[in-house]
Amino acid sequence: MRHTLSVLVENKFGVLARVAGLFSARGFNISSLAVGETQDPSISQMTIVVETPDVRILEQIVKQLRKLIDTISVVDLTKKDFVERELALVKVSYEKSARRKINALLNKHKQATRLIRSSHNKAIIEVCATSDEVKDFLFHLKPFGIQELMRTGRVAIV
Amino acid sequence: MNGAQILIESLKREGVQVMFGYPGGSVLPIFDKLYEAPIKFILTRHEQGAAHAADGYARATGKVGVCIATSGPGATNLTTGIATSYMDSIPVVAITGQVKTHLIGNDAFQEADVTGITRPITKHNYLVKDVGDLARIVREAFHVSSTGRPGPVVIDIPVDVQTHEADFVWPEEVEIKGYKPNYFGHPGQIKKAARFITKSKRPLIYAGGGIIISGAEVELKALAEKINAPVTMTLLGLGGFPGTHTLCLGMLGMHGTAYANYAIMNADLVIAVGARFDDRVTGRLDAFAPHAKIIHIDIDPSSISKNVRVDIPIVGDARNILTQLLEELNKGPDTKEWLAAVEQWKTKHPLVYKESTKIKPQYVIEQIYEATKGKAIIATEVGQNQMWAAQWYKYTKPRTLLSSGGLGTMGYGFPAAIGAKVGCPQVPVFDIAGDGSIQMNIQELATAVNHKINVKVAILDNCYLGMVRQWQELFYKRRYSYTHLCNPDFVKLAESYGAVGLRATKKEEVRPVIEKALSIDNVVFMDFQIEPEENVFPMVPAGEAIDRMIGGMA
Repeated sequence: MRHTLSVLVENKFGVLARVAGLFSARGFNISSLAVGETQDPSISQMTIVVETPDVRILEQIVKQLRKLIDTISVVDLTKKDFVERELALVKVSYEKSARRKINALLNKHKQATRLIRSSHNKAIIEVCATSDEVKDFLFHLKPFGIQELMRTGRVAIV
Repeated sequence: MNGAQILIESLKREGVQVMFGYPGGSVLPIFDKLYEAPIKFILTRHEQGAAHAADGYARATGKVGVCIATSGPGATNLTTGIATSYMDSIPVVAITGQVKTHLIGNDAFQEADVTGITRPITKHNYLVKDVGDLARIVREAFHVSSTGRPGPVVIDIPVDVQTHEADFVWPEEVEIKGYKPNYFGHPGQIKKAARFITKSKRPLIYAGGGIIISGAEVELKALAEKINAPVTMTLLGLGGFPGTHTLCLGMLGMHGTAYANYAIMNADLVIAVGARFDDRVTGRLDAFAPHAKIIHIDIDPSSISKNVRVDIPIVGDARNILTQLLEELNKGPDTKEWLAAVEQWKTKHPLVYKESTKIKPQYVIEQIYEATKGKAIIATEVGQNQMWAAQWYKYTKPRTLLSSGGLGTMGYGFPAAIGAKVGCPQVPVFDIAGDGSIQMNIQELATAVNHKINVKVAILDNCYLGMVRQWQELFYKRRYSYTHLCNPDFVKLAESYGAVGLRATKKEEVRPVIEKALSIDNVVFMDFQIEPEENVFPMVPAGEAIDRMIGGMA
């Protein structure tokens, strides 16, 4: 099952390594990770998404996370009503004839996408939406030819 | 003040009286200030010895142990000791030198990423990048190390930070946002626990090292006597409840007493206090304490429900919670029948060994117990020597058994004994060793002799790595693959260092050798040439239920 953890930590060097170490030491892969300053610059916010078959191991990781001296709080958002967003920047190159179809696709996902830059055969598109929506959009964009793809981790808030 | 002076001043403010360590290029400014500091410095012969000595000092005295080493190899040599302290929750502050700030990450001479290496084996660690932070960091390090569930903390100090100047500002309060250990148990949970105890018919107390760390031995005894429950202990718990008490069942688990293991398998309520259900204790997990509800008292929430399901978790300090629990309990359950059953197991399956004209290791431990009237501090190495020391010496007071339980570090005992003796100079201190383990830190003979730290080392010498040999005998068809040891002459070796060497080859020589060692005002090595293929019994094969014991049953 996929879990989204929201972790508040002291904004100090080495904290990310401590947090990541707890996962890697147990052979856990972090599916996505986003770190940024909060309104208080001495505190950072991490949103960590992990896929785990065993909830007990995850419970143990959450307890271990709380045990870190630099951790201020850990909340498992999974069972809460949370809002999540992911950002992707995509560079596509296309045949001139496909341009109209791409515009139609962008139009269909109007709420989540933005055409940032474009020429006759290339474009940089921004998509900001839930993980599933981002995935869905990229699936439909793929046939036109994705040259480069940059994705952030998920951020979430209750 | 420069960084080195700030460090020494901070250590003084923390009440540090003793340090163990080894100098080197990246700690020269600190050593220059140590030269005149009012801190007793014990120069070990290997950094690992310094880390273990600081650990032994901490276990014996309850104070924070402090060790210091230079960057790179000095620091990496500390790591086995740091990991040992981490696994057993021992408060140690380890100070390491680091290469100059601008060289960090450049593969400089004697550089190692010490905060990276020690991250998984410390409670917390610090790299000091600004001398202005140093005093605060030392204050925090001692606080973090000694409170909550204690553990080792590393302070890595680049050599240029040691010479940089700053004003000395000592923070009176420690303020760490994410670190607020919980000391008192939840009243609701304590009420519930009291109800469970009153209703139980076959209660058993399973006590761990947490009893000793929190100083809960008086409360534990009061609880056991109030509810008439037998008490079994983990290796680290020994001494937390008097080994001579009628309710005492000794150690449980892989090499525990048969009656302790039967008791836990038949109990209807297990009260775990400051213990963590380690695999050496539980054996096969799904068969552990099958009839019991479990109350688990521990200061570390991550210890609870880690290995076994717990019915009533209570997070907090053992001593506080036992006090709260005692107030809550009006009268204990009627356990007459239960105690009678336990008594029967005790009579039917006592700890035994076969008498012989050769020296039995169990006999050596018994004789040490009698010769010291049970008043010594016993450090052990790891392996058969450790288990015999746990089984055959009756610990009546906390902080009298020092043993690497979690990590199982061979080479721990001798330097730990040195640290303990420095902390408790009036108490006789023994290291119960094997001929394998003692050679892992034998260089510390020089430390002990030079500083006149008169510890007594009892080598149970069977010319084998005994515990590994035992497993090979039982599970690998006696194929003794690389477990036979060709040893030096331990008597001559001790003498060459300026210590005294004694030898016993017959049973009747055992007691006189111990008496003589006690009467000599020097470091003594006692070479007890024991029955070579003696085994530690009872034994639960790894992964079996803990009542499936083999051997040693009368």
